[in-house]
Amino acid sequence: MEQSIAVQMQHISKRFGAVQANHQVTLEIKRGEILSLLGENGSGKTTLMNMLAGIYYPDSGEIYVNGQKASIRSPKDALALGIGMIHQHYKLVDVFTAAENIVLGLKESLNKRQIIEKIQSICEKYGFQIDPNQKVYNMSVSEKQTLEIVKVLYRGADILILDEPTAVLTPQEAERLFTVIRNMRDDRKAVVIITHKLQEVLSVSDRVAILRKGEYVGTVKTKEATELSLTEMMVGKKVALDITRTQVKQKQLRLQVENLSCYNQEGIKALDNVSFDIYSGEILGVAGISGCGQKELLETVAGLTPPAEGSTITYYPPREQPPKSLIGLSPKKIRQNGIALSFVPEDRLGMGLVGSMGMSDNMMLKNYGQGRPFFTSSKAPKALAEKIRDELEVVTPGISTPVRRLSGGNVQKVLVGREIAAEPTVLMTAYAVRGLDIHTSYTIYHLLDEQKKKGVAVLYVGEDLDVLLALCDRIMVLCAGQVTGIVDAKSTTKEELGLLMTGQRNDTQELSDTCEQDKGNHLQQQTQQDEQKGEVE
Amino acid sequence: MKKDKQKSVLAKEPLFRLSRRAQMVWYKAWLIRAVALCIALILSALLIYAITKMNPFKVYGTMLKGAFGDSLFVKRAGHLSLNRTAWTTLRDVMTLLCISVGLAPAFKMRFWNCGAEGQVLVGGIATAGIMIYFGGTLPTPLLFACMAGASLLAGAVWGLIPALFKAKWNTNETLFTLMMNYIAIQLTSYFVAMWENPYGSNTVGVINRDTKIGWLPNFFSSGANNDFMWNVIIVSALTIAMFIYLKKSKQGYEIAVVGESENTAKYAGINVKKVIIRTMLLSGAVCGLAGFIAVSGSSHTISTATAGGRGFTAIIVAWLSKFNTFVMAFASLLIVFLETGANEIASQYNFNTYASKMVEGIILFFIIGCEFFIQYKVHLRVKRDTKEVAD
Repeated sequence: MEQSIAVQMQHISKRFGAVQANHQVTLEIKRGEILSLLGENGSGKTTLMNMLAGIYYPDSGEIYVNGQKASIRSPKDALALGIGMIHQHYKLVDVFTAAENIVLGLKESLNKRQIIEKIQSICEKYGFQIDPNQKVYNMSVSEKQTLEIVKVLYRGADILILDEPTAVLTPQEAERLFTVIRNMRDDRKAVVIITHKLQEVLSVSDRVAILRKGEYVGTVKTKEATELSLTEMMVGKKVALDITRTQVKQKQLRLQVENLSCYNQEGIKALDNVSFDIYSGEILGVAGISGCGQKELLETVAGLTPPAEGSTITYYPPREQPPKSLIGLSPKKIRQNGIALSFVPEDRLGMGLVGSMGMSDNMMLKNYGQGRPFFTSSKAPKALAEKIRDELEVVTPGISTPVRRLSGGNVQKVLVGREIAAEPTVLMTAYAVRGLDIHTSYTIYHLLDEQKKKGVAVLYVGEDLDVLLALCDRIMVLCAGQVTGIVDAKSTTKEELGLLMTGQRNDTQELSDTCEQDKGNHLQQQTQQDEQKGEVE
Repeated sequence: MKKDKQKSVLAKEPLFRLSRRAQMVWYKAWLIRAVALCIALILSALLIYAITKMNPFKVYGTMLKGAFGDSLFVKRAGHLSLNRTAWTTLRDVMTLLCISVGLAPAFKMRFWNCGAEGQVLVGGIATAGIMIYFGGTLPTPLLFACMAGASLLAGAVWGLIPALFKAKWNTNETLFTLMMNYIAIQLTSYFVAMWENPYGSNTVGVINRDTKIGWLPNFFSSGANNDFMWNVIIVSALTIAMFIYLKKSKQGYEIAVVGESENTAKYAGINVKKVIIRTMLLSGAVCGLAGFIAVSGSSHTISTATAGGRGFTAIIVAWLSKFNTFVMAFASLLIVFLETGANEIASQYNFNTYASKMVEGIILFFIIGCEFFIQYKVHLRVKRDTKEVAD
């Protein structure tokens, strides 16, 4: 197929304060092709594409669209050039219908019937499924994404940029999205996918452009690339991509959750009769589409959200002490009861740490009350901050530099470091590696496994199913606040997890920690499962 | 046709655009501030000349004289002392600083206490009440203790009410504290009517004019005029204490955490409601004490003008100094200087007060506005390379 060049970016640089987001990046986007823009978090992928979409303006460098020099000053300019971007956070009006959102801000005078016809013709052409009259607040995440894509197509975009499109989708939904993207490619549109997931890159794209620390590393044909070669280009050195899963022999029941329900701030049931156990020396993974109760689950156990009546959370301390109920205990009370419960929340700077304070002041967040009366002590937190900085190799100008100024990976190291330093018996983490580079992610996996070896009961809420399968001992799947299954991580598959995530619950499988019965019900997947196993182990 | 439109729209770079700066070296930041001040002075000079055809530098000289007198120190009774004008300026600085220091803990907690005006007034009412009713009956030290205590208590109550509502029902503290001001003003009018002296004057008059009971005494006994040294001592002590409280104490730590994020505070096990209430008690109390200083330490009377808008000016001071109580001392000085200076030129040259207010406004605008250029860099459209402006 002949491929004409749609966009050329030449020597593009962009700086934000001290951060050089892009440096002399040169990139070509071709029609009739899917280009993956690959890079670790913070490598400048989104910034680069935002300059194409008119969100930012480059400090230097030139952009040519269809061979002509362009100066893209606003999203409006971008759209006039046929460039449309689907951002990670959707920009839709909740109370409007799909059709209303699509025509919002357009000046053309069409009646409703014509608009809907036009929408439907776009949908048919590429294989979208969308109801133009559905309100956005009734839509699932994947439907909202579809709507965003249709919206830019309706506005005449033929160069499409998708920012991390699969981050919020189940494996099945992602596959459907890829089909649509392939249809668009066949219609000679130029498609760019921003991503850091290697499997996706390999399965969907034609070419891969790689960025590292804001600089362009190179472009390779997907056919000629492997997971390892791409990682090497991305990270700049060889990385061992294996996660250790230590088998701990002696396990003790540590935390028992029964019939846990809770309501969120809007009064909607966020957790619905959740029951599970965690043992010492194991990592229990929690999978699910985001917003299915993961956050509430951890916050209820941590004492931040009150559980509904009839819920029980029982803590079994080590060394045969009598069990304690955590119901109705505030985080402070939990600590005062001698229960070493550590929690690495999803919102690191909005909950786990104080952004404007330095490492040192953040160390005493949970125990500032100890020590001499009235005044805070400064020695112990300082010593701890220095220890964590050295042990976890936190890159910071100083332990009193506001942690907000650190990079995402370093922020997480500070948080995880503090929580582990508290010598927990139960450690809960929410999206512990979100936004981290590969190296730091593997550091975190390693730290969690170390904790497990020490006999800590670890609850790991994650989004990358491959990691969950490799790291955890058991995986609990949540869907709309309910447990749809607890499966053995060694014998389950991604597909099975995907089905459980969309709520196709298997009722025969109760709270067993194996999935023997489950296997029988998914004969079809048996073969895939075996293949998968070979890859994981 | 679409193509044409594209061409015309996309040929040029935008006229100017902004980018965030990296951390700026301190001397560069101060250079920008100095440049801003110079521009403000030049612009004001042009304005003064355009309106009055007077020598702007003479007008500036008058401003300085208005605030600090002819020579800063005068010989009095054998030793050097500040002159009377400078003492008055210092007194006003201290009152403003006291209110600003009172706002510091609340603002640090991101609780926008706009009710300092009212808190000062109720503190003033309490002080005046005790001066009037217990003036002759209590021994002096006890009287002062009672006055200070009553003003602290009154201010604390005025701060507590919005805090309770915020903690219980999450009401908007800005509106709530603002409305509390009007209640305090009406309350003041009521007490002024009650304590009217002489009858029919519709003012309280100078309380204990002859006995000077309940007046903060001179610190340097020699001075014939008030030297306002006690005001300086009390407010300085407060400023230092508040700095240490916010920086080093556990309660100060809690305030910082709650201000940053309530979720973090809950995560850390901090009782957010308790901290809100406790901090507003403190904030209100210190503002109430400013009422004591205003009544006992300077005006010796009470009226709706006792706070005189300083409760609002203090908000500017607090923001200008980014809630650092030491910087507040300089910010208060700047604002009081500008105000007295503006008043002085207004009276000296038969200036319209609005014209002198304009000078004050221009200077403040530039001083606050230059912070933008410390945070951001402006790129203008230039032929080839981008050039920096503003530094």
